[in-house]
Amino acid sequence: MAGGRIYSGDLPDQPAPMATEGPVAWLRDNMFNGVFNTVLTILMGLLLLWMVPPALNWLVFNANWTGGAEACRVNPDGACWPFVSARWEQFLYGFYEKSEYWRVNILLAVLAVGIVLLVFEKMPGRKYIAFFMLFIYPIMAFILLYGNEKLGLPIVDTPQWGGFMLTLVIALSGIVASLPLGILLALGRRSKMPIISLLSTIFIEFWRGIPLVAVLFMATIMFPLFLPPGMSFDQLLRAIIGVALFASAYMAEVVRGGLQAIPKGQYEGAMALGLPYPKMMRLIVLPQALKIVIPGIVNTFIGLFKDTTLVLIIALFDLLGIVQASIADPNWSIRSVPYSGYAFVAIVFWICCYAMARYSRYMEAKLHTGHKR
Amino acid sequence: MTTDNANAGMQVSNEVVIKIADMNKWYGQFHVLKDINLDVHRGERIVICGPSGSGKSTLIRCINRLEEHQKGSINVDGIELTNDLKNIDAIRREVGMVFQHFNLFPHLTVLENCTLAPIWVKKMPKKEAEEVAMQYLERVRIPEQALKFPGQLSGGQQQRVAIARSLCMSPKIMLFDEPTSALDPEMIKEVLDVMIELAHEGMTMICVTHEMGFAKTVANRVIFMDEGQIIEENEPEEFFNNPQSDRTQLFLSQILAH
Repeated sequence: MAGGRIYSGDLPDQPAPMATEGPVAWLRDNMFNGVFNTVLTILMGLLLLWMVPPALNWLVFNANWTGGAEACRVNPDGACWPFVSARWEQFLYGFYEKSEYWRVNILLAVLAVGIVLLVFEKMPGRKYIAFFMLFIYPIMAFILLYGNEKLGLPIVDTPQWGGFMLTLVIALSGIVASLPLGILLALGRRSKMPIISLLSTIFIEFWRGIPLVAVLFMATIMFPLFLPPGMSFDQLLRAIIGVALFASAYMAEVVRGGLQAIPKGQYEGAMALGLPYPKMMRLIVLPQALKIVIPGIVNTFIGLFKDTTLVLIIALFDLLGIVQASIADPNWSIRSVPYSGYAFVAIVFWICCYAMARYSRYMEAKLHTGHKR
Repeated sequence: MTTDNANAGMQVSNEVVIKIADMNKWYGQFHVLKDINLDVHRGERIVICGPSGSGKSTLIRCINRLEEHQKGSINVDGIELTNDLKNIDAIRREVGMVFQHFNLFPHLTVLENCTLAPIWVKKMPKKEAEEVAMQYLERVRIPEQALKFPGQLSGGQQQRVAIARSLCMSPKIMLFDEPTSALDPEMIKEVLDVMIELAHEGMTMICVTHEMGFAKTVANRVIFMDEGQIIEENEPEEFFNNPQSDRTQLFLSQILAH
């Protein structure tokens, strides 16, 4: 071919030939692309048709919403929600003194307001709210829940704590303690100092290697053997420490994964600017590493939240424990009551865990700054 | 345009700012740098070239202790480089570095990249640090990108931000580690232009680069390294027109052949 050629270079943008957006295209691309997927879609549709209507019937349409135990006895083919409404105080507060419920209510209200305020980024003084929730609130929670005679708050001892309140106490203490502890352990494990690295590794592998049930049993039964006679240690506190240390070992490995994903150049860039190690970690490495592992961190939080139900075995009555105990009440010995109780627990846990999952997705999207690696 | 004319206004003083004496470095058993002796004067622009694996990057990374040397001494602006963290921090505050892959912090905006070290290392008030940063961003001609994230910029723009970020610490010496090697061809010039301006302002610079045009117009000394040793050093004109050693001749013939 001889000679050059010149093109106008002004071809217009044209729409794509087939619809690539919209519900029809979505169905075609995701549900009915090929024989195998079409068969699968139809089978799954049939499965849903078989499962969902009866479940909804039982949970909602055919359920007993009012009228006490009698109504449930008359109609045993639907959920028995009067059981939950009759017992909700116990499900929420456990065996806490009725006259002191207001203390728990204040804490729940502050917690709810605090979380809502923290979720809104535009909130002025967000830093102070975070500081309050992380450092002041736990102290406040302890004083209010346990009581303080000098302040005129009668003592409510921890065996009386229970229900969803106890679930929150254990889960939130575990969450708040395990993240910083996990970060420290992860940094320790990657430390260039052999002793620190070895100790962190031993700690992590020890806690990861034993089941949480064993940790809780050890905390209750074995731990007191090592204490000097006459000295005792609150049962709940032991459980919380056990859960927190257990979760921090998992957290450490999640965070370590994030640290390893940070390219060496980031460290070098920070070092070349003269940033000392702690600042380099705090300002450059950890913000990026933690962002990468948000799904893993929240995964660990969700796991921890659900694992709190295991405290049942050391005679602490969290939400699941107290519902289970209530089911045994002879006044409510109705066929649908146990199912309703467990369904209620499942729904409460699902709402909490799904909220955490959604927040995690939101944070990931928010922190994405459009960089490619 | 002769080298003399191009370099007019770029004064080199007699003062030695970097003194490297009998420096040796090993990676395990592998001897990467052998008996390096190098004096850098204030205001000097040194270009280091050589085949890949010759140790040129390692050499400049030793100057701000991104790599540790095992024998000999490195003295930067009167501070001896030892294991003493205080000395290392002091040197890093005076020595800026620009990397092949920019190493900008992707989670911070361009402006935050520039103000980070002044605020946290020099304890400069945020307001002042931002003013300084904007000045340097204007000098590298991207003030309008200040609020974007590095991931939204082109390679050439990112490298210019990296240069501005280093300059914000008002370093006395700038190290460039193959600053244009990762750039698309049409972006090399914008980065070199900034570096040339910097040279004209009298900055002491050590550049590892394959940009021989840059070496010819800006450098007052070219160093050729091979297998961990300095093989030849000379003024650019002599170096390119009349290379002494066989290895230099071979290297130049390979890179200038086309």
